[in-house]
Amino acid sequence: MKQYMLAVHSVEGAPARSDEDTQIAYAQTDKINSELQAAGAWVFGGGLLPAESATVVRVDKGTTTMTDGPFAETKEQLGGFWVIRCADLDQALAWAEKCAVACMEPVEVRPFDGEPEN
Amino acid sequence: MSRFPAVDLGRVYRAEYGRCVATLVRLLGDINLAEEAVQDAFAVAVEKWEVLPPNPGAWIVTTARNRAVDRLRRESTREARHAQALLLYQQDQPQEVGPVKDDQLRLIFTCCHPALAPDARTALTLRLLAGLEVPEIARAYLVPEPTIAQRIVRAKKKIRDAHIPYRVPGAAELPDRLPPVLTVLYLMFNEGYSATTGQLIRTGLCQEAIRLARELAALMPDEYEALGLLALLLLTEARRPARLGPAGELVLLADQDRSLWNRALIAEGHDLVRRCLRRDRPGPYQIQAAINAVHTDGDATDWPQVLALYDQLWALLPTPVVALNRAVAVAEVHGPAVALAVLDDVELPGYHLLPATRADLLVRLGREAEAAAAYDEAIALVGTETERAFLRKRRKGLDRPAR
Repeated sequence: MKQYMLAVHSVEGAPARSDEDTQIAYAQTDKINSELQAAGAWVFGGGLLPAESATVVRVDKGTTTMTDGPFAETKEQLGGFWVIRCADLDQALAWAEKCAVACMEPVEVRPFDGEPEN
Repeated sequence: MSRFPAVDLGRVYRAEYGRCVATLVRLLGDINLAEEAVQDAFAVAVEKWEVLPPNPGAWIVTTARNRAVDRLRRESTREARHAQALLLYQQDQPQEVGPVKDDQLRLIFTCCHPALAPDARTALTLRLLAGLEVPEIARAYLVPEPTIAQRIVRAKKKIRDAHIPYRVPGAAELPDRLPPVLTVLYLMFNEGYSATTGQLIRTGLCQEAIRLARELAALMPDEYEALGLLALLLLTEARRPARLGPAGELVLLADQDRSLWNRALIAEGHDLVRRCLRRDRPGPYQIQAAINAVHTDGDATDWPQVLALYDQLWALLPTPVVALNRAVAVAEVHGPAVALAVLDDVELPGYHLLPATRADLLVRLGREAEAAAAYDEAIALVGTETERAFLRKRRKGLDRPAR
């Protein structure tokens, strides 16, 4: 078994989704979550609030500073993620395809370092 | 030290390396461990072989497996523990049953996984399955050696880190997973047919590529590009006996002794091309197979038909190499001046056949000083002695002061 993060990427400044589409994406995502749980692949997952709600904490030589906003100043921001558990990359990619359809955003698949503990 | 001739060991290495690595990857679950184990086993072979064992591949696999077990017992890395567990598990497993039992096909699909960069797929397959060294792959690709080395290292790391599986894809996945495999087999055959360094024809590579292409075509009889690739390889291979003259010199298609061609392979290739034509869903490999079917049909090539097929190929695959090959057909149909103008737009840095083709066209136009310069350019780029000798011979007749 291997663990993968399926990260949902949303582009900042992209045209806002209609309320109706948002509701559809939520409903589809709930369904995928149930599927992941039923298949025993679910570890954790959730949606994140927009990047402007983020705070970055840095500790340099014992001094802590906090800055408002996300760490990376890029257009692409993490909108949410799943952590799933499956046998290999092909299974993870198959889940990622379903997740991308459900949440209507691109999904990046990243393997975790090491094997998951039970 | 072995009394076994080194040249034979090299031949065995070429023939068996890919097969052995593929099997060891299945046994150990790790590409780097598999390569190390196979290299260890060949090192033992150098010491021990006085005569060739009846089945060298089986000897290498058994020895590699035993060496791997010894090595894994001494090590305690994560990969080593995983491989040990896999070996133990497999001792109790019945033989796996599936559409393809060939470890090499399994490894090809792993190496050609869509999660790997396209350039890395071919480099990795040529390294692991054909046992090609990095410089040979670099020349086949026309890119620097460090680039190839880096692609291979990165691809192997991703296969391990992301757990890219070691299996033949299911029926539903095959249409997406097949094209990169076809590309790899095509390049493997080409490397064998016009080996970029040393001996011109490395028969073993060609036979391996044909064997794997046959297996693919049998596995996927409805994938017409797989049939097209097999036909292309067979029709090219059929002409091999006539490709070199008595002194080992290169003989051009028009000058080849057609009685030396392999009629059985030609018949098989033509039959495949006819099956593809009946289906009428042309793709790049099927068209190239059709071109070679024309070349091997009758006493002389029907060039207008070849050019029509190249036009069709160019529409699907507008690459510089297709443009170069099409220009040769243009020269036969419309004359060398038109073909030369076509070549003006072709850029293929480092590829000797571009200046060599220009040189031939310039000779036919009587522009000998320019031809001599183009031959010199080609001679500087060419990778095999056989082709260099061929180009020097053609260059020689032009050895007169430049105007």
